[in-house]
Amino acid sequence: MSRGQYILRRIVQMVPVLIGITFIVFLLVHLIPGDPVLTMLGIHARPEAVTALRHELGLDRPLWEQYAIYLRNLVQLDLGDSIKYKQSVASLIQKRIGVSLFLIGYATVLTIAISLPLGIAAALKKDSIFDQIVRSLLMVTMVMPAFWVGILLLIFFSIKLDFFPVSGFGEGLADHLHHLFLPALTISLSIAPILVRSLRGSILEAMSADYVRTARAKGLGEQVVVMAHVLRNALIPAVTLLGLSVGYLMGGTVIVERVFSLPGAGALLVDSIGARDYPVVQSMTLIFAALVILVNLATDLTYTFLDPRVRLG
Amino acid sequence: MTAASVAERAGAESVLESVSRRRRSRFAAFRQRNLLAGGAIVFAIVLVAILAPMVAPRGAQETDYNARLKPPSREHVLGTDNLGKDIFSRVIYGARIDLQVGILSVLSPFLIGIFLGCIAGYYGGKIDTLLMRVVDIVQAFPFLILVIAIVAVLGPGLRNMYIAVAMVAWVSYARLLRGEILVAKHREYVEAAQAMGMRDPRIIGRHILPNVISSALVYAMADVILYIVLAASLSYLGLGARPPAPEWGAMITEGRTFMATAWWMSVFPGLAIVVTGIGFSLLGDGLADALRPSRR
Repeated sequence: MSRGQYILRRIVQMVPVLIGITFIVFLLVHLIPGDPVLTMLGIHARPEAVTALRHELGLDRPLWEQYAIYLRNLVQLDLGDSIKYKQSVASLIQKRIGVSLFLIGYATVLTIAISLPLGIAAALKKDSIFDQIVRSLLMVTMVMPAFWVGILLLIFFSIKLDFFPVSGFGEGLADHLHHLFLPALTISLSIAPILVRSLRGSILEAMSADYVRTARAKGLGEQVVVMAHVLRNALIPAVTLLGLSVGYLMGGTVIVERVFSLPGAGALLVDSIGARDYPVVQSMTLIFAALVILVNLATDLTYTFLDPRVRLG
Repeated sequence: MTAASVAERAGAESVLESVSRRRRSRFAAFRQRNLLAGGAIVFAIVLVAILAPMVAPRGAQETDYNARLKPPSREHVLGTDNLGKDIFSRVIYGARIDLQVGILSVLSPFLIGIFLGCIAGYYGGKIDTLLMRVVDIVQAFPFLILVIAIVAVLGPGLRNMYIAVAMVAWVSYARLLRGEILVAKHREYVEAAQAMGMRDPRIIGRHILPNVISSALVYAMADVILYIVLAASLSYLGLGARPPAPEWGAMITEGRTFMATAWWMSVFPGLAIVVTGIGFSLLGDGLADALRPSRR
């Protein structure tokens, strides 16, 4: 199978999953106990307003028809209107998603910057005190709730030491990087342990492989063996794992944007829940899921380029 | 080969054997250490939760307006909050809520996932294809975001969190069990049971499940802490337990307002989560290691 055919097949395989997630997101509103329109507008809403919103949301039609309309609107990129902000959900999200994507990208870079040296050093010094310390620390950071870590970092680095701003996104790239350092670090600390663990494992596995023994037997220096032979092979599973962690990254942004009062899409989701602005909640859930699927696809495809052994069958 | 060299070789082999035996026993001891340490931490937390009224120096909701926002001292080991409640006592009472949340949240996805995973793996065919497509779809969502969205529509509170987790988390157990059963169903003991004319539920329940459930149990152990952290995060977003409940996440959230002046309000409940998390992680790792040889 050629690479083009493989890509096409993966995209075709994605279609039922995409339809499935739209169906789940569509059903979300129907999970609301009681009358969803009354829940959104409040029990003191005027009957005309209730009827109007019910009609606008299409809730007065049969379920299958509602879903068909929902799909048709989605294809036209019409995500409906926000009840709280009185504007289209698409434009609302457009304004906020940039902050979240910046945060996710920044957190990914920091995660790599933390995990790569730690994973390599822990594997090369297997069972040493350093390795034990790294593994113990990872066990601790893995079970720390992200919002708690965020609060601790805020108390120490922003309030006590005044190194970083307490909240906000800033103006310009340097300012963004400064403002978002602690939020990105908070997310990284929850993902890095998984990556370090995987990296350490795959490096150790690669070190005992035949090709490494051959490289050493050829008289190559340890540095060349590690960099050219071990790392090249051990990095591939780590790259995949990082791609698959994008769901955790997105979950992390929802919490962290709240802790650091960032004007991102995650914070929009939380605000909309408080305001019972369900069209926004639905659309945000859908967009986050669609992003995860796209990133997973991209990871899969990258994998085929990185590792020539991957069979495209 | 001379007699001397044979003896030398035999000696070397016995040395090697004893070294490898020693290494094996050291490894076994290390494995047991994880299991024992994790078990001891979890046991201690369970004990503290059960004996909370006896262990805690004060009530969880007992206020003392003369001792508001006091830092840790001999009288209040972990300090007090803005209403003069003793943080140490609240952390102890919190163990009751958080352990319950962790264990109850695991229970339904564990049972639903195992039931559906067994059916999909054992019977295969259309039912398997359908279930696995549903699993694919649910797993496409970021876990936290889907749980948040479901709790958002059902309404805040721990009960709705249990429902949301059950709706989302069963897929991991179903996928895990299905994979295990796909391998196990072709084993001789299963074919023997089928040849003896046993009915399917009996074969699954009596013969297959006891052999494949260990991996799901290890997974569940790791999930307990995942759900404690999840409940804490939901409390922080205003979707879980509400203050003044002494749930650890709600306590951290209460402390956020006072973080500049009373760091202890947020720090200690968080530490309680970390210690519980380490306990369950060690227990899960130890259990995984202990069960591994029997699965080979």
